[in-house]
Amino acid sequence: MSVYQRPVKLFWWLEKRSYVIFVLRELSSVFIAWFVVFLLLLVNAIGDGAASYQTFVDWSGQWWVVAINVIAFLFVLLHTVTWFALAPRAMVIKMRGTRVPAQGVVAAHYLAWFVLSAVVAWVVLR
Amino acid sequence: MADEITLEVARYRPGVDAEPVMQQYQVPLREHWAILDGLTYIKDQLDGTLSFRWSCRMGICGSCGMTVNGEPQLSCATFLTDYAPGPIRVEPLRNFPVIRDLVVDIDDFMTKLPTVKPWVIRDVDEPVEAGEYLQTPEELDDYKQFSMCLNCMLCYSACPVYSLDQDFIGPAAIALAQRYNLDSRDEGAEERRAVLTSPEGIWACTFVGECSAACPKGVDPAGAIQRYKLTAATQSIKELLMPRIKR
Repeated sequence: MSVYQRPVKLFWWLEKRSYVIFVLRELSSVFIAWFVVFLLLLVNAIGDGAASYQTFVDWSGQWWVVAINVIAFLFVLLHTVTWFALAPRAMVIKMRGTRVPAQGVVAAHYLAWFVLSAVVAWVVLR
Repeated sequence: MADEITLEVARYRPGVDAEPVMQQYQVPLREHWAILDGLTYIKDQLDGTLSFRWSCRMGICGSCGMTVNGEPQLSCATFLTDYAPGPIRVEPLRNFPVIRDLVVDIDDFMTKLPTVKPWVIRDVDEPVEAGEYLQTPEELDDYKQFSMCLNCMLCYSACPVYSLDQDFIGPAAIALAQRYNLDSRDEGAEERRAVLTSPEGIWACTFVGECSAACPKGVDPAGAIQRYKLTAATQSIKELLMPRIKR
């Protein structure tokens, strides 16, 4: 039996807005990984002493590193916001036999994000 | 309202066409006519060679899934007037081999479905005299949504992961596995686990969410898959921390 199989186009992900957002969200993982590497380099520089830390700060201040970090930050925001928006679909939490509404699960995620950020800010800035 | 609307229908005649070609038909634009009524009109009045699947005409059998203006739809539940003044482009469901015109081959799904054992499994079957396995309305609510699946294949047609990786078990099969995993009468979750947690199972899903957007019954297969990811991950961590825990 000869059947026809529709070929998948290289730019299939441009056909729909939802596909584009999905591909951007997948791509955002690369920038998350970049931030992890950046953080490890920072910690390593601090561990090596004041001179090493200053070299790292100078390197971080270059225009292209700042540009990468700005783009990375936007992708991390996209990653976080879309991830939180999807969380209620994966988490079915029941309290007294009733399912916690989706807004409640999303709000809890944002609250945890805010509290953790505040703790990190306190540790860094105190 | 115009009297007629144009249907651009994909025609694929195996052995004749190398790929589908679009053919235009003028059909009456009637208020209560679905795309399927338009296709039936073509077959009865204009061109008897057009092939398409249908059965119940009321969104229950799941036979008449097609791609309408680029979106997977049940052609019996999609109305001509919603696309007026047209034209309306009707193509076979994407991601499946086309057998002829609008008829696709769903053997791949039919092979995969039984691998997730979509039926109630009991460790020990109670004798018939013991009566029914009782269930509360709350327990029914836990899985009812997933039991609404028609096997219409719209979710597979919408899923870019399935289009790129045909080994993926796919949205409907996983949602149906969850339908039984979440059923209080079922004891077969462990039997389904190996298939569901295989690389072709839940982890292949990257949560595009288009399967749930396409589902005509609100099953939310994407939600079912993510829920099972959480269950499987929690279970793996528990087993790692407490290796002697009973599965």
